[in-house]
Amino acid sequence: MSDKKTLNIDELRKRLSRGTGREYWKSLNALAETEEFRELIENEFPREASTWGDGYSRRDFLKVMGASLSLAGLTSCVKQPEEKIVPYVKSPEQIVPGKPLYYATAFVHGGYATGVLAKSHMGRPTGIEGNPDHPASRGAADVYAIASILNLYDPDRSQVVLNNGGVSSWEKFGRSVQPLIEVQRSLKGAGLRILTENITSPTLGHQINSVLAQFPEAKWHQYEACGLDNIREGTKLIFGEYLQPRYSFDKADIILSLDSDFIGTGPGNIRYARDFADRRRVSGNTANMNRLYAAESTPTVTGGMADHRFRMKASDVEQFARAVASSMNVEGVAGATDVVDANTLSVLVEDLQAHRGKCLVVAGNHQTAVVHALAHAMNVALGNVGSTVEYTDPVEVKPVNHGASLKELVSDMNSGVVDMLLILGGNPVYNAPADLKFSEALGKVSFVAHLGTYDDETSAKSHWHLPESHYLESWSDARAFDGTATILQPLIVPLYETKSAHEVLDMIFGDSRSDEEIVRSYWLSRSGEAGFEAFWRKSLNDGVVAGTMLSPKQVSAQSVDWKFSVRKGGMEIMFRPDPSIHDGRFANNGWLQELPKQISRITWENVALMSPRTMEQLGLKNENVVSLTMNGATIKAPAWIQPGHPDEAVTIHLGYGRTRAGRVGDGIGANAYMLRASTAPWFATGVDVKTTGESHNVASTQDHWSMEGRPIVRETTAAEFAEHPEFAKHLAHQPSQKESFYAPHEYDGYAWAMTIDLNACTGCNACMIACQAENNIPVVGKKQVENGREMHWIRVDRYYVGNDLDNPEFAMMPVTCMHCENAPCEPVCPVAATTHDSEGLNVMTYNRCVGTRYCSNNCPYKVRRFNYLQYSDTETKQFQLMRNPDVTVRNRGVMEKCTYCVQRISAARIEAKKEDRLIRDGEVVTACQSACPAQAIGFGDLNDKNSKVAKLKADPRAYGLLAELNTKPRTSYLAKLRNPHPRLTSHNDVVSSDHHG
Amino acid sequence: MLFHLIITDKTVAQHDHIAELEHQPLVAKGESYGSITEKITNDVLETKTPRSMSVTLAVTSMLLLVFVLAIGAVLLKGPGVWGNNNPVGWAFEITNFVWWVGIGHAGTLISAILLLLHQHWRNAINRFAEAMTLFAVMCAGLFPALHTGRQWLDYWLFPYPNTMGLWVNFRSPLIWDVFAVSTYFTVSAMFWFVGLIPDLAAMRDKSKKHWQKVVYGVLAMGWRGSAHHWHRYETSYLLLAGLATPLVVSVHSVVSFDFAVSLVPGWHATIFPPYFVAGAIYSGFAMVLTLMIPARRWYKLESFITDRHLDYMAKVMLATGLIVLYGYMCELFFAYYSGSLYEMFMMKNRIFGPYWWAYAALIFCNGLTPQFLWFKSVRTNVTVLFIISLIVNVGMWLERFVIVVTSLHRDFLPSSWDMFTPTIWDWGLYLGTIGFFVWLIFVFVRVMPMISIFEIKHLLPWRGRIIDTSADAN
Repeated sequence: MSDKKTLNIDELRKRLSRGTGREYWKSLNALAETEEFRELIENEFPREASTWGDGYSRRDFLKVMGASLSLAGLTSCVKQPEEKIVPYVKSPEQIVPGKPLYYATAFVHGGYATGVLAKSHMGRPTGIEGNPDHPASRGAADVYAIASILNLYDPDRSQVVLNNGGVSSWEKFGRSVQPLIEVQRSLKGAGLRILTENITSPTLGHQINSVLAQFPEAKWHQYEACGLDNIREGTKLIFGEYLQPRYSFDKADIILSLDSDFIGTGPGNIRYARDFADRRRVSGNTANMNRLYAAESTPTVTGGMADHRFRMKASDVEQFARAVASSMNVEGVAGATDVVDANTLSVLVEDLQAHRGKCLVVAGNHQTAVVHALAHAMNVALGNVGSTVEYTDPVEVKPVNHGASLKELVSDMNSGVVDMLLILGGNPVYNAPADLKFSEALGKVSFVAHLGTYDDETSAKSHWHLPESHYLESWSDARAFDGTATILQPLIVPLYETKSAHEVLDMIFGDSRSDEEIVRSYWLSRSGEAGFEAFWRKSLNDGVVAGTMLSPKQVSAQSVDWKFSVRKGGMEIMFRPDPSIHDGRFANNGWLQELPKQISRITWENVALMSPRTMEQLGLKNENVVSLTMNGATIKAPAWIQPGHPDEAVTIHLGYGRTRAGRVGDGIGANAYMLRASTAPWFATGVDVKTTGESHNVASTQDHWSMEGRPIVRETTAAEFAEHPEFAKHLAHQPSQKESFYAPHEYDGYAWAMTIDLNACTGCNACMIACQAENNIPVVGKKQVENGREMHWIRVDRYYVGNDLDNPEFAMMPVTCMHCENAPCEPVCPVAATTHDSEGLNVMTYNRCVGTRYCSNNCPYKVRRFNYLQYSDTETKQFQLMRNPDVTVRNRGVMEKCTYCVQRISAARIEAKKEDRLIRDGEVVTACQSACPAQAIGFGDLNDKNSKVAKLKADPRAYGLLAELNTKPRTSYLAKLRNPHPRLTSHNDVVSSDHHG
Repeated sequence: MLFHLIITDKTVAQHDHIAELEHQPLVAKGESYGSITEKITNDVLETKTPRSMSVTLAVTSMLLLVFVLAIGAVLLKGPGVWGNNNPVGWAFEITNFVWWVGIGHAGTLISAILLLLHQHWRNAINRFAEAMTLFAVMCAGLFPALHTGRQWLDYWLFPYPNTMGLWVNFRSPLIWDVFAVSTYFTVSAMFWFVGLIPDLAAMRDKSKKHWQKVVYGVLAMGWRGSAHHWHRYETSYLLLAGLATPLVVSVHSVVSFDFAVSLVPGWHATIFPPYFVAGAIYSGFAMVLTLMIPARRWYKLESFITDRHLDYMAKVMLATGLIVLYGYMCELFFAYYSGSLYEMFMMKNRIFGPYWWAYAALIFCNGLTPQFLWFKSVRTNVTVLFIISLIVNVGMWLERFVIVVTSLHRDFLPSSWDMFTPTIWDWGLYLGTIGFFVWLIFVFVRVMPMISIFEIKHLLPWRGRIIDTSADAN
């Protein structure tokens, strides 16, 4: 460490720093001449390496370099893009860029309207939510309504007029149809037939009826593949006329369901789910809780909610209903049943009779007319008519028996009297009963025109295919289950050359008015000139036409000549509308295809559902392909175990096996319509189930059905709950906030939190689809689902509970990001892409995410979703229009998850700041919460002690899922309660609750 | 200063300890300074590639193509080409990463720790083991780099000043990994290269072709074998050994933190760091044996890599294998003693669940097989030892597979449980890295002296008594 050398280096540096530019080298040479420098060079390894530079000069050099580089960069600055931007000279009224507008309209399903609010961003419909003012919605929506937005933008949707498969035009169609109409005019329409689906639209009904007035010999047929013939025939049987039963589940203390899925399907189901859930929402006091007895064949979400579920074949329900009715001394009914024991039956009957006028018997849409009539008879006997059940006129324009109507059309076609058939909607070639041979009969008609949103199976057999407008593109009207009419208004001009049924009818038989004129003129004629504008505006604004609800009718039961069916043994097949794609009309909807079906959690196809015992008897395992032979036709489907399914029976969902659905829906699943006969549309005995030796992969989102004794869904009985209200909290050790080295983080602004009431949740999936639509969640396809890569931010877990594999209880649990205060995902992210915000949200920064998946591994709830591949379709133009502009579209390699709909929080925050106030309770409604028919989801600010969510969090039933891991989840669950009759032992044990801490 | 003391001590000790060598000599009789240089340099400069090696090279070259293809697929399409899914976010790629890092442990252990512990027998195998380490770490590093969803942004895992104003998350074990593995690679590479310099000079001097002289000459960095050079060399080598020593322990400890820091049952265990380090050394020695036994035969190096070397390595394997087995037993005990529903289920699922075969095979490979090494006859039987080394390699891969996959596939909520099935690209990348690795080893033995020429001379029993003038520069 000689001073000499140190000084030399300093000296050198000084000298070097004096040199500038070209002289630098000169001075270096000069330096080299010095003795000190030579000595330094001679020394290969300077001992005092540490004295080499404190770094300042080097850093300064780098700084200058950096600056000059950036200056160089500036000179090459790019020009502004040369696109011409024309701003609004006059801004359209109400449109604020970036802010959505909501329009009231209605989604029509099976003819019945559900009021919806369609969200529009700059003129593009981007989402569907329920209309709180509409009786069938009450603000909620079901999967079909929400997913219908995807159909609007479906690139496979029919876009042009086709004539025998070739591209044509509306003009050409008009020219070719007019001479034929003239011919028919001379024949009084003897050869003219119109086939529609179930029609409640007053305007369309009026239009068809005026056509029929012009062509008195013409006929109007209706066919709905999953229609309500049995409801109509049931009322006819007992009351002598077609009536519409309307239930008030909110008034019913005791409910007996005869294979009814009133929560999941059928007119008014969204409303019924709400009314039912209102009687399950208990806070401390269980007195108000209803009790549901369900006799059920194919397990449904309704059966899942039951306090006592009796599984039986669909054909045994009648016998069961007879036994119940006979115990109530319903006139002319006698019989016993062996599907439930005598004690159960007597308790059930007593329970119903003890709640006269406050109970309800409801029969399933697929049960026979006799069962419906028995249900009505029991309601009459129990004094429920006028309180829990009311009867109104049918809401259809022309209530008919659809099966008979289609049969008549087919026989007319076969006899050659039909010259001209207009099919306005529907896909009868695909979904008509197999024995009618509709397709063959259709070939005998010389002119068939088919109006439909897809170029489907029926289009292929028709001479003309006419593209139909989506309901968000057209004017129309329709009625809800209670008769309330809604005027449907379009949000966007038709994307393609499409027309609505109104326009097509008017083009053929009238004077080619627009559908707005048609609908408007109908309502003008109905309500009169005076104050029409105000009426029209109010009706459109509200989404309901005031005063159109049907009022209850006085009914009186006739004495019925009961024609009971004879019970047959043997393997039974049960046809059910698919819980995701219904009768097949949503087959090309990727969201719905990928939506795990209620209960079975299967996606992308239909399977042959059988009970564990039946599977065992047939020597089957999951995914073994079976052939189902019935009425001479055979289809193949993979077998799948469905606990809770009746033995000696197989359920197959309708809607699959499409051949012309589109790119999404073609060629998946089996076409169950091939086995379906017009005489037995819902269940039939004598199906031959054979193993084929083949195997087929089924994409199920939940492979494991047991909770493994873990305290996940916590449930108890209402009686036990009354004694131990805090039971849920004691099922697992919940660490207190104090169990930490650090003081808990203070959230002094908002503290967002969610609650999910497991007692209200039915597992209907509406939240999943609502989330998918709101958050631009991609569809990944069957292969990816099989591989466990579905992207749903909120999922509905389904567990089977109890010791009886054949007859378990079902427990549903929506699971989404818990926004843990101690989020395990956060510390492990190497790039800090997932962090906590000041309001307690666990947020994802997509831009920052590199995709290590460590966060997902460390998430005990496994709610994080990874874009393993490029799942988002960013190419298809139509989908670009559909996206919610408030939510980023994620690309490959990025992790994503529930955000508590942070975009909605932001929107509310902006509004609140503008008004200089705090966000009000209830102002932020997450997408899942808004869709939920049962209102099981609560959301709000925990720091607001009066908020609904704060109160729900304080509910004794509230518990944190896996809170024993000290994750401190912001989402709480409210434990599930069942309300079994004290004299009937629930056949299942709840999760062992011996840990009372 | 500490190291300075060791230097002097070591240099003296090294010379003296030779005399104490028992039984078999570490270099066969009849070898001299000259013959050693001749033999080892000739293997590179003169010997034609043995046929068996050409065949193997052809196979590994094909695997190298698979390797390129597999990397291309995952870069182009994303990690979705693999079988990973929602509960199983990590599968083959992290299994392979840990496996390769483990293999990379033998080199540094042999080079650094055994050097500091005066285990001179290491001189015959350290060069080879170091090369193996480097190549293994290269393979290892590839997996975390490729496993991300957006591989082109991997550099975000390095803390560098950036316009985003963002720092990495220092709480994440993945960041620790980045530091641990890159440090390990850097130090190992330095160590290897510094150790090569005197031999590169020997190669330069023995080369007959001009281009060889140039290439080796450049790499030798002007080594002339002066006392000055040797002094510098010894100092730096020892310093690097000192630097590398803690790394042997730290790298795999840090890798184990990837698991131990998480809350996944089966990962969240305090025993992981020592258990992983032992496993790493275990697998590293197994891999050294797997590679060295054939190489020794093909290049007839029995006089340098003697049976005694193999015996020593087998003993290290036995010792580390027992630690690993102890680790397995601890896991069982922890699961039971924790009283946690999830931990107990995890263990049950490992043993009896759908991946039971992996666990059973793992216990067979890693727990039972090494017990044969208690017998000296096994330790000195080259064929049996080779087979055992292969089994241990498989076993150590299975261990990581069991830890990574069976813990993830069934964690807390049964609704999320799923199975992992590897795809062709999972296997492709794994086999590809093996191809890449063996290919690199083959290239290495063809272009570099695979045994440290000057260090093995220390092992000559008559060293210091005979002055061999032919080895002028060494």
